[in-house]
Amino acid sequence: MTTTLPEEAGAPPIRPSSRTRVVARRFFRCTQGRLGFALLSGMFLFAFAGPLVCPWSATDLDFSAFMAPPSPHHWFGTLQTGADVFAVTARGAQKSLIVGLLVAVLSTAMAAVAGSFAGYFLGWTDRTLMWVADLLLVLPAFLILAVMSPLFTGGRWLLFVVMLAVFLWMVTSKIVRGMTRTIKEREYIKAARFMGVPSHVIIFRHVIPNLASLLVVDATLNVSAAILTETSLSYFGFGVQPPDVSLGGLLADGAKTALYAPWTFWFAAGGLIVTILSVNLVGDSLRDALDPAAARRSP
Amino acid sequence: MAGFLLRRLVNYAVLIAVATSLAYLLAATALDPRSNYEGRNPRPPAAVIDARLGRFNLDDRRPLIERYLVWAGGVLRGDFGRTWNGDEVTARLGRRLGVTLRLIVLGVVLGSVAGVAVGACAGVRQYGWFDRLSTVAAFTVLAIPTVVLANMLIIGAIWLNDRLGAQMFLVSGEATPGLEGGAGAGLLDRIKHLALPTFSLAVGQAAVYSRYQRNMMLDVLEADFVRTAVAKGLRRRAALVRHALRTALIPAVTYFAFTFGALLVGATITESVFGWHGMGEELVAAIRTNDVNTVAAISCLAAVAVLLASLAADLLHAALDPRVRVG
Repeated sequence: MTTTLPEEAGAPPIRPSSRTRVVARRFFRCTQGRLGFALLSGMFLFAFAGPLVCPWSATDLDFSAFMAPPSPHHWFGTLQTGADVFAVTARGAQKSLIVGLLVAVLSTAMAAVAGSFAGYFLGWTDRTLMWVADLLLVLPAFLILAVMSPLFTGGRWLLFVVMLAVFLWMVTSKIVRGMTRTIKEREYIKAARFMGVPSHVIIFRHVIPNLASLLVVDATLNVSAAILTETSLSYFGFGVQPPDVSLGGLLADGAKTALYAPWTFWFAAGGLIVTILSVNLVGDSLRDALDPAAARRSP
Repeated sequence: MAGFLLRRLVNYAVLIAVATSLAYLLAATALDPRSNYEGRNPRPPAAVIDARLGRFNLDDRRPLIERYLVWAGGVLRGDFGRTWNGDEVTARLGRRLGVTLRLIVLGVVLGSVAGVAVGACAGVRQYGWFDRLSTVAAFTVLAIPTVVLANMLIIGAIWLNDRLGAQMFLVSGEATPGLEGGAGAGLLDRIKHLALPTFSLAVGQAAVYSRYQRNMMLDVLEADFVRTAVAKGLRRRAALVRHALRTALIPAVTYFAFTFGALLVGATITESVFGWHGMGEELVAAIRTNDVNTVAAISCLAAVAVLLASLAADLLHAALDPRVRVG
């Protein structure tokens, strides 16, 4: 990521811009990128700093206020149990954001490794890995994760994260495989091979870093895919299990009371919409910043 | 060519078999049909429970491999077994599939047509007001999860019904049971039931299609074959529709095939929120009631749907793109 681009370095020759800096500058130059970044930071601030300023914690129950509308006492109102909506929503947003980020990083890493090994070695490695990818594409992810949901109880949500990632890497790995096949023919890879560098070192040191832009964008967009899948699983009670809560679980409860107590539904729904919107905006702007040629075609 | 097709079909059959077997083994290990009987009040005697579970091949005291072989033998004869309380899985799923088809066909078709039209118009006049408006709209819609959208529609519809003092939209089920009146009233009733779920499916689809279609149009508009078409004297509109749009449709068609396949089993949320008793709802119910055979049958159907979709996508691709047919 530290290679310099001479044409981007500008006039002063003293300190050439790093690629990260160039990408960051391009990213923040467009409104879309700034908006996405601001919304996402806001969401993180709400989820992680919100509980610090809120007088209630997510497990507190206020027995003097059931289903109370928003007031100075309870900023977002309360639920049927007397739980404070602000505190509960912040806690759900924490879990949704963490699950989304972890799943995205994990599934993109799996896609990078599987795709580059398949594309680099070809032959049986390729056939086996791509067959596994096909099999996972054919298996209905929602059903398998839902059947496995009893395993995620008792705070074992990390297992849920791993399983969610297992069902998200396949399509990207096929793209990575195709790109690896072309990169493999480049001179620097051949040079490394003829110098006797072992294959796995070549893959991790030369192939995967060269696919970094694709992978960064993919990881960003996977965040929203993961959050959406997690939400629909949690809506049916198959996702993040109690005592943990996520926005999907809150939505399921809120939807039942949304008609006469809108605050039980709209704050969780709004949090989810803002999260996904900001992640999509960031992903889109990041793609344009990493590949300006594509940016000229699609803003 | 025949050899290639055959190899591909054999690979598909193997994939379906492995996927369904894995799903069965997982479901048989993780789900516990015995608890359905043990939770009853009064609790049936253990011997009765064993006998019933044994009859439906659900007895967890028999070794897994034995149950698997019995189940696989049934599936090879086209029999997916019984649910935990004795219904035939195949017949049940057949009814459910009909409901799902009635739910999704309209939504998927409307969504794709609207999305392609919006995307194509936006692409032709890049950075025009329509392009900007549709981009903002697509980003907004893509950020709204189906759960939220469906519930928002229900809240809106109930508010509107109250305002109008009439049942403009009906938010639950497929039709009003025991409705009086002739065929016309029945049809109107069905349309009132169908409107909101169709909209909730279509609008999300349309957003995705419009993004794909816009970018494809931008790629194709500068292509040589469109310039040739204009140069040989075609009007711009004819050249755009007959040459540019046709080639630019390929990703949309692929996406259409895969979405249709995925929604056959995957319209879980739309079905549950709007109370349609389709496949997605059955899937959730099957897992909640520890119904091993139904879960396995649904996975089989999902696998078949995905592979048929990929086959359909290839055929449609060949129909749209002359290069594929020749090459």
